[in-house]
Amino acid sequence: MITLAVILQVAANMAIAKMGAGIGAGLAAIGAGIGIGRIGGSAVEAIARQPEAAGDIRSNMIVSAALIEGVAFFAIVICFLVLFV
Amino acid sequence: MTRVLKTLLIILFALSAFTFQLKASDEHAGADTVSTGKFSTGELIFSHIKDSYEWHITKIGHTHISIPLPVILYSQQSGIHVFMSGKFHHGTETYQGFKIATEGKYARKIVEVMADGTEVKPWDISITKNVTSLFLSILIILLIFISVAKRYSDNFARAPKGLQNWIEPIIIFIRDDIAKPSLGNKNYQKFLPYLLTIFFFIFINNVMGLIPFFPGGANLTGDITVTLVLAIFTFTITTINGSRDYWVHMVNAPGIPWWLKLPLPLMPIVEILSVFIKPFVLTIRLFANITAGHIIALGFYSLIFIFAEKSAAAAYSVSVISVAFNVFMGILELLVAFIQAYVFTLLSAIYIGMAMESHEVHAETH
Repeated sequence: MITLAVILQVAANMAIAKMGAGIGAGLAAIGAGIGIGRIGGSAVEAIARQPEAAGDIRSNMIVSAALIEGVAFFAIVICFLVLFV
Repeated sequence: MTRVLKTLLIILFALSAFTFQLKASDEHAGADTVSTGKFSTGELIFSHIKDSYEWHITKIGHTHISIPLPVILYSQQSGIHVFMSGKFHHGTETYQGFKIATEGKYARKIVEVMADGTEVKPWDISITKNVTSLFLSILIILLIFISVAKRYSDNFARAPKGLQNWIEPIIIFIRDDIAKPSLGNKNYQKFLPYLLTIFFFIFINNVMGLIPFFPGGANLTGDITVTLVLAIFTFTITTINGSRDYWVHMVNAPGIPWWLKLPLPLMPIVEILSVFIKPFVLTIRLFANITAGHIIALGFYSLIFIFAEKSAAAAYSVSVISVAFNVFMGILELLVAFIQAYVFTLLSAIYIGMAMESHEVHAETH
């Protein structure tokens, strides 16, 4: 009973929400880092295999990175809303 | 790194370490700077990112220098009011019953104070900082493109000169790498003006947002309403030009198993949701990228002032790092400005192209 009361009180606290927003933003950064890291890795590998295609590969890499960053920014915007709205 | 440089850096850092103590900041750190005069990072960042009723240029000593902008309000109670925002004296005074609310639901917006003290928001069609920046960027875009078009219409086959040299490769790039692959060789002419317009609009506004002094510096493409309107344009064009196949495939897509459609129409739900999610994602992507870039630049800049409150030497040593990072972020933001314009235009072209596809022969994979 007591632990339930404590947990409820903690859950209703704004400070915990802000910590949650901070953790969420960190996780979003990790997700974006992993995703774009993989894109960069594959792109560099592909250029190493076929240097003539470097231009094409570079443009595709940048486009994919921008799209994945869009997803990460979703999470960032939600965390921002939690923190400041 | 040379020995001299290393020694210099070590001395600078050592100086800053001996001249202040770090304390855990209390809850009221970052409170309003109007009353305490202390520097508030949140206040600085928010005031630069959000819209405002005057264009703040600089602050010399204790006086703010800003350009007042027209305020146009329509109140249900008292009719149309038009006046310059200088009457508010930077948000400290009430004029004709209107004031800029400082807190609550309508913070930073103009509200009308009723007789009993409640705040009511009137219809607000003022020329704010973002609207002024929009007009300025429209002026710049018109100047650039009308002069370039004139040179083409005078004599098409002449060698390009001046601004043409900058515009022509970008237009060819958009035509050959965005419009033709996504829309097909037969249809791209119809949509090329729209794609070129949004590309140059977004790119020029992004770059203007990076320039720290007037007439740049307004965060127009970081305003979610502006990016929402651009996404609505794409959505409208996609919907109007949707072929019959586009709508039929949304409800009854070929090539997927029947149990995704019949008892519970999962695929149709996903497809219909994606019609609305795609413009929403376009909005958020552009808004978040540009705003995040501005926040980072402002954050590094305000680092100097945060350290300045501890000691002057700390501020000087931090300013070296801060300026270096700001230069790096500025270059990155320039790249992001171009990439975001390119990605917005590319995705708009892809959505329009996908909506216009028809009479396709779907390969049956048995």
